[in-house]
Amino acid sequence: MTWLAGNWPQLVDYGLAHVLLSIPPIIVGFLLSLPFGWLANRYRVSRGVLLTLGGILYAIPSLPLFVLLPSLIGTKILDPLNVEVALTIYAFALMLRTTADGLASVGGDVKLSATAVGYGAFRRFVGVELPLAGPVLLAGIRVVSVSTVSLVTIGSVIGVNSLGFFFLDGYQRSFFTEVWVGIGGTLLIALVFDALLVLAGRALMPWTRTRRGALTAAYGRAQSRWAVLR
Amino acid sequence: MARTRGMIAAAGTLALAALALTACSSGNPLATGGSTSGAKAPAGSITVGSAAFPESEILAYIYADALTDAGVKATVKPNIGQRDVYIAALKDGSIDLVPEYTGNLLQYFDQSQNPQGADAVYAALQKATPAGFEVLDQAPGSDADSYNVTKKFSEDNHITSLSDLAGYKGSLKVGANSEFGTRPYGIPGLKSDYGVTATLVAIADSGGPNTQKALQDGTVQLADIYSTDPSIKADGFVTLSDPKNMILAQNVVPLINSSKASAKVKDTLNKVSTKITTDALIDINTKSAVDKESADAIASAWVKANGF
Amino acid sequence: MNSYTAAFAWLFSGKNWAGPTGIGQRLVEHLGYSALTLLIAIVIAVPLGLYIGHTGRGRAVVVPFTGALRALPTLGLVILLALWLGFGLTPPLIALVILAIPPVLAGAYSGIESVDRETVDAARSIGFTGWGALWQVEVPLALPLIVGGVRSAVLQVVATWTVAAYLPLGGLGRFLYDGLPVRDYAEMLGGSIVVIALALALDGAFALVQRAVTPRGVVAGRVSDIRTSTQSPDRKERTWLAPEA
Repeated sequence: MTWLAGNWPQLVDYGLAHVLLSIPPIIVGFLLSLPFGWLANRYRVSRGVLLTLGGILYAIPSLPLFVLLPSLIGTKILDPLNVEVALTIYAFALMLRTTADGLASVGGDVKLSATAVGYGAFRRFVGVELPLAGPVLLAGIRVVSVSTVSLVTIGSVIGVNSLGFFFLDGYQRSFFTEVWVGIGGTLLIALVFDALLVLAGRALMPWTRTRRGALTAAYGRAQSRWAVLR
Repeated sequence: MARTRGMIAAAGTLALAALALTACSSGNPLATGGSTSGAKAPAGSITVGSAAFPESEILAYIYADALTDAGVKATVKPNIGQRDVYIAALKDGSIDLVPEYTGNLLQYFDQSQNPQGADAVYAALQKATPAGFEVLDQAPGSDADSYNVTKKFSEDNHITSLSDLAGYKGSLKVGANSEFGTRPYGIPGLKSDYGVTATLVAIADSGGPNTQKALQDGTVQLADIYSTDPSIKADGFVTLSDPKNMILAQNVVPLINSSKASAKVKDTLNKVSTKITTDALIDINTKSAVDKESADAIASAWVKANGF
Repeated sequence: MNSYTAAFAWLFSGKNWAGPTGIGQRLVEHLGYSALTLLIAIVIAVPLGLYIGHTGRGRAVVVPFTGALRALPTLGLVILLALWLGFGLTPPLIALVILAIPPVLAGAYSGIESVDRETVDAARSIGFTGWGALWQVEVPLALPLIVGGVRSAVLQVVATWTVAAYLPLGGLGRFLYDGLPVRDYAEMLGGSIVVIALALALDGAFALVQRAVTPRGVVAGRVSDIRTSTQSPDRKERTWLAPEA
C-alpha cells in the first residue's frame, strides 16, 4: 500500500500509456473488419481467402511481430506505432470472423424486405444489416478489447512501456507488489473498457434492452468462438 | 426509420470519436520524440534512454533530472532492452543519450580490443565510438559483470578465480541474461580465455534476485552479478578473480548523440559523473533492490542530495 | 527484406537444428509443454463445461469469469507465479493452464447448449437417463464445438509458451528472447516461422479432427460456415440472440 502511494504518479503515467496504446487497435481493427467481413460473405472465394488469412495472421506470436514491424513499415524501433499496428492486426484477424458471422446471421428475408422497400446495397448494409448484426459485433469487439488490453503489456519487452513495465521491473527486483499492481491495473482497464462497450451497445441498440440477456448471450457465444490471449 | 437514422448518426459519431482517439494516440505521454509523423521533439530537448535493469534506469533519471535543473528539457525512456537494442535506438534517433559502461561498450563497438585499466579503456572507447556520437567524461564509479559462486562451492572445490574453473569436474551452468551467451566476457570468453565450457541459463533479470536465488539453490553454479549489487556482500557470494582481465574496466559513462551535446549539456553531465562513485552506485542499487523505491524517486533524491 | 533471407538461411542450416539448444530439441520441448498444458486444461475444463451446459447451472458466473481470465496478462501471470514458486516448469505451466481453460470451457458448455432441447427431450422420452442422454446424445452432438474449443486453445497455448520463455525455459520462445537483446533478426524471425508453422499445422490437424467427429447431418459443428441469404432467419435469430429462451 505504501508502495502504491509513493509510486502513484508512475502508475498513472503507465496506466495512461496503456489506455492510449489499447484504444486505436480496438477501434481500427473493428472498422477494418466491416468491409472485409462483408466481402467474406459476398463470394465463396473471398470468404475462403479472408478467413484463412485471418487464421494465419492470428497464429503469429506477438513478440516477433513487434520486433519486425519497424523493418516492415519503416518506423523507429521504440515507436509505439509498432505495438499499435501489431495489435490492430490481431484485432482485425479476430474481428473479421465475428463480423462475417454477425452479418451472415441477418436473415435473407429481412434483406429482401429492405431491398423491396427501396434500400440500395449500401443503405441496406448500414441501416439494416449492421444494426441487426449489432449484438454479435458488440460481443466480438468485447473479446477483442479484453485481449488487446492484455497484449499491450508484452510491448514492454521491446521498450514500449505500459503497465507491463511493472511486470519486468518487478521481476528484476523480485518484488511482488509491483507485479500485482501491473496485473490489477491491466484487469481494471479491461473491465472499464468492457463496461463502456456494453453501455455504448445499450445506447446504440435500444431494442436489445427489452430482450433479456440478449447481449450476454451473444457475448457468451463470442467467448466460445475465440481464443484470444497469447 | 427515425430510429435507424438515429443509429446511423450515433454510429457516425462513434466512428469520428474513434478517429479522433486514434489521432490522439500519437500524443502518448511516454513516447515523446519517437514518433514518425514529423512531430519532432523540440530542438534542444533530450531523450534519455536506459537499458532494462534498475541501475541503468536510475542513472537515466539522474541525467534527466540534472539536465532539467540546468534548464535543458529532458525526458526518459526506460526499459528499452539490452545494448544492441538501445544503441540501435540511439542511432535511429529514438533516444539521444544513454548511461553506459566503458569496457562493455568498447567491446560492443570493437570486439578485438583488450586494453587494461580504466583510463586505457576510456581512451580506446573515445576512438572506437562511431562518428556522430561521443562519450563524455567517465565517472569514477564502476559496475562490472562479475562471476560469482556461493561460499560453499568456493570452499568445497577450492575455486576463487576463473582459472580455477578449468579443473572443476562437474558441469557448469551460468545464470545470466541471454546476451551473455554471445558476449566476449560471457560464455565465449570463458571458453577462449580460460578453456572453461559452461552452459547458459537465461534468467532475464540482469543478475537480480532471481539469479541470486538460482545460485543459492544450486540451479546454477556460477552467476553473472553486477559488482555494485548489494547482494554479493549480503549473501556472502565469492566473486571469482579474473587474472586474464577478460572483463574490462567498466566505468559509468554517458554516451550521447553529438548533435545534442551542447556545452551546457556536456558541462552538466560531466559534473554529474564526478559524483557517481562506486559507493554511490551501491547505494542507489540498495535503494532499488532492498527498499523497492522507484527509479525516478531514487534519482530525484540523489540529484537533490548532490546539490544540482 | 534481407532479414527474411537470413531467417531462412538460419532455418535451413543443419547446425541450428542439432544439439541440446537446436531447433529440433526446442521444437520437442515446445510440443511437450503445449501438450501437457492442453491435457490438464481439458481434464479440468471439459467436465466442468459439460456440467454447466447440461444443467445450465453456474453459467451466469462462468461467462463473465472466463472473460476476466482472458484479460489476465500472460506475461504478468507467468512472472508472478515464477516469483512465487521459483523456477522450473510448474509456475509457467500453471499460468498457461489458467489461460487455456476459458476457450476449452466455453467450447464445452456452448457445445452442450447448442444441442436442440427437443432432441434431448426425445432421448429422455425413449428411456435414456440424464447421464445416458448426456454421454450418448448431447456429447456426440456437441463434440465438434468441444473440439473447436480445444482447437482455439491450441493456437493460444502454442503462441503463449513463446512469451513464457522470458523465464529460463526451453521451447521455441528461447529463440525470440535470445535473439532480442542482441538483435539477431535471423534467429528471432526463423524461430517465429517455426512457431507459426507449428501453430498452423496443429490448427489444421484439429480442423480435421473437428470434421471427423461431426456426426453426419448435424449442423452444430458448422455454425462457423453459415452463409448468407437462403436460410431461415428464425433459427439464426434464436441461436445468436437468445439461446437460453
